[in-house]
Amino acid sequence: MSSSVDTIRDLAAQDYKWGFVTEIDEDRVPKGLNEDIVRLISARKGEPEFMLEWRLNALRHWFQMEREQGEPKWANVTFPPIDYQNIVYYSAPKQKPSLDSLNQVDPELLKTYAKLGIPIDEQKRLSNVAVDAVFDSVSVATTFKDKLGEMGVIFCSFSEAVQKHPDLIKKYLGTVVPHTDNFYAALNAAVFTDGSFVYVPKGVRCPMELSTYFRINAAETGQFERTLIVADEGASVSYLEGCTAPIRDTNQLHAAVVELIALDDAQIKYSTVQNWYPGDKEGRGGIYNFVTKRGKCLGRNSKISWTQVETGSAITWKYPSCILQGDNSVGEFYSVALTNNRQQADTGTKMIHIGKNTRSTIVSKGISAGFGQNTYRGQVKILKGATGARNYTQCDSLLIGDKCGAHTFPYIDVRNGSARMEHEASTSKIGEDQLFYLRQRGIKTEDAVSMIVNGFCKTVFKELPMEFAVEAQKLLGVSLEGSVG
Amino acid sequence: MALLEIQDLHASVDGHEILKGVNLTINAGEVHSIMGPNGSGKSTLAAVLARRDAYQVTGGRILFNGKDLLEMDPEEAACEGVFLAFQYPVEIPGIGNAYFLRSAMNAVRKYRGEDELDAMDFLPLYKERMKLLEMDDKLMNRSVNEGFSGGEKKRNEILQLSMLEPKLAILDETDSGLDIDALRIVAQGVNAMRSPDRAFLVITHYQRLLDYIKPDFVHVLVDGKIERSGGPELALELEEKGYVRAEAEVQQALPA
Ligand SMILES: Nc1ncnc2c1ncn2[C@@H]1O[C@H](COP(=O)(O)OP(=O)(O)O)[C@@H](O)[C@H]1O
Ligand SMILES: [Mg+2]
Repeated sequence: MSSSVDTIRDLAAQDYKWGFVTEIDEDRVPKGLNEDIVRLISARKGEPEFMLEWRLNALRHWFQMEREQGEPKWANVTFPPIDYQNIVYYSAPKQKPSLDSLNQVDPELLKTYAKLGIPIDEQKRLSNVAVDAVFDSVSVATTFKDKLGEMGVIFCSFSEAVQKHPDLIKKYLGTVVPHTDNFYAALNAAVFTDGSFVYVPKGVRCPMELSTYFRINAAETGQFERTLIVADEGASVSYLEGCTAPIRDTNQLHAAVVELIALDDAQIKYSTVQNWYPGDKEGRGGIYNFVTKRGKCLGRNSKISWTQVETGSAITWKYPSCILQGDNSVGEFYSVALTNNRQQADTGTKMIHIGKNTRSTIVSKGISAGFGQNTYRGQVKILKGATGARNYTQCDSLLIGDKCGAHTFPYIDVRNGSARMEHEASTSKIGEDQLFYLRQRGIKTEDAVSMIVNGFCKTVFKELPMEFAVEAQKLLGVSLEGSVG
Repeated sequence: MALLEIQDLHASVDGHEILKGVNLTINAGEVHSIMGPNGSGKSTLAAVLARRDAYQVTGGRILFNGKDLLEMDPEEAACEGVFLAFQYPVEIPGIGNAYFLRSAMNAVRKYRGEDELDAMDFLPLYKERMKLLEMDDKLMNRSVNEGFSGGEKKRNEILQLSMLEPKLAILDETDSGLDIDALRIVAQGVNAMRSPDRAFLVITHYQRLLDYIKPDFVHVLVDGKIERSGGPELALELEEKGYVRAEAEVQQALPA
């Protein structure tokens, strides 16, 4: 009996190569959610009063939402009720409160990131990427700080930003995703523990990719991080986000918030390769990835571009969106979402056109295999003042096998007659004829599937930074193992 | 030992028996042509040889190079040296034509325990072969067969054939949809590949192609069986008389 469970675990573990647990002393608060817990979190982080007030305000709102309506029910996903009192809201590796150099980081942590292939060891300088590593609830290391500092680029953990740049935090925090936005955003605002902060000053093109690597380690904890990126006038930055978690047979909640703000002529490119533990083949365990990501093109001629490759998590619920407020601003959303086995994804975007001549592009590629359920949900809204607005949406689904599902819910709301909208959609099965064609040339079934899927995703992958594109392709191959034949 | 030995082959699709006892022996170095009316089972025979899943073999056996071909899956058969030039080549969006062919060559090389080819080894040869087939360079980086004209697709099949260098090349109506110039170019490509260690099975509806690719043997497949076999003269005879008679019989057999 136990041996067959072990075998299943082993199999699942084989597929998910990031499923190990790091043995490390954790400082955690008791389970449960109330004002005292929020005060405790704020105190642990030594936060100024304004942050505590902001959190408590959000918590009150969340309690009200929970009483009145509970979790949002409109998404095309199903899961048993989450007991929010049975979660640990703060868990951090025990360490000195402030880190001046990597030498002070627990060697177990360094090993963990080495195993994950994340270059937080600056000596290695493997690539031109500055990394902020977030382990459970807190940021453990940020690399290349000095080099970035010379150009005036601030790249640090959110906690540090609260201490060192309170004015910027006060000015921008919650301006794109207010705590009232939705259930999970309210929860995050109350209990978020860390995350990354980026500020790129006027006219500066950030000289390297900035990257945060999120790792959930501890059991029964939730991860609630918050990222805030501000590109000042004429600035530009490319930011990458990656994530993994150990294999556990209970579900874990990840409810993050990301806010992007682009001022006049600024550009922000935000790329995600999301590879949280997806659960085993039977659907046990896995991360609930309930994330609110939104960017505001506040300035004229600004541009925000989201690229996401979502292969992990038991359930994904996220809609990286753009508010196109500045005239001539541009919003883009390129997405690959893959669901295999029992995974569920309800993902898409919102493009809200407010300014004149605003343009948005949406390219969504959904891949379903096994019993996976994949939903695209997108909204394009052209407001009255958005004269000359344009949107192009392309939404393709690929089915592998006949037990999975693809669903598309495009919502279009146009209130200005000059808008131009284009929408293309397709659903196809991975063709037996395509597979046979590749196999007839000697290519193994698995490789053939992975080639066809990569071909299908190509228009999205080419938006990713080079190293990420390679990783994403490999990840798709691994995530699809055993899906055919 | 014969390269290919088909003995009393029966095969069906969706429960319909299509091949009803095919016998055929092909030696290395030979060119065989299979002719016959539409629906007689020519493509089915090709698909069975290429081990397509949807075609169930219900009887008989096939030896390829002394090995049991029916035990192989499509990629194994390909790696052992069976190549099928498709009657309807398939489009594969997002995969570059050259990248695809190099992946295929490397899969075959890996199977044979040979080193992989890198782009530097591959490209010069690839370009040279494209030139021989009078193919536009632009087709190199386009997605496999996507947006190719009918003729370009067929040439692309022959390009793959010439790079993969199989032991047995099966051409399924490679001539259909080609104008006379394209036909000549494709035939030249095939003729350049003829060698004592390679055999061809040329499936065609028309004698025309056989003016350019001279077969050693011609077989007529009617209703799932080889009805007649002979030398090249059989093709000419069929051209004159047509399989009109045979075709008429098949037509009659269909319910009104
Ligand atoms: N997938 C299929 N399902 C049912 N019948 C099929 C299928 N494929 C082919 N057939 C039938 O098998 C017969 C032989 O087809 P095929 O081998 O393509 O003939 P040919 O290539 O000689 O024209 C035809 O009657 C055709 O309708
Ligand atoms: Mg045919």
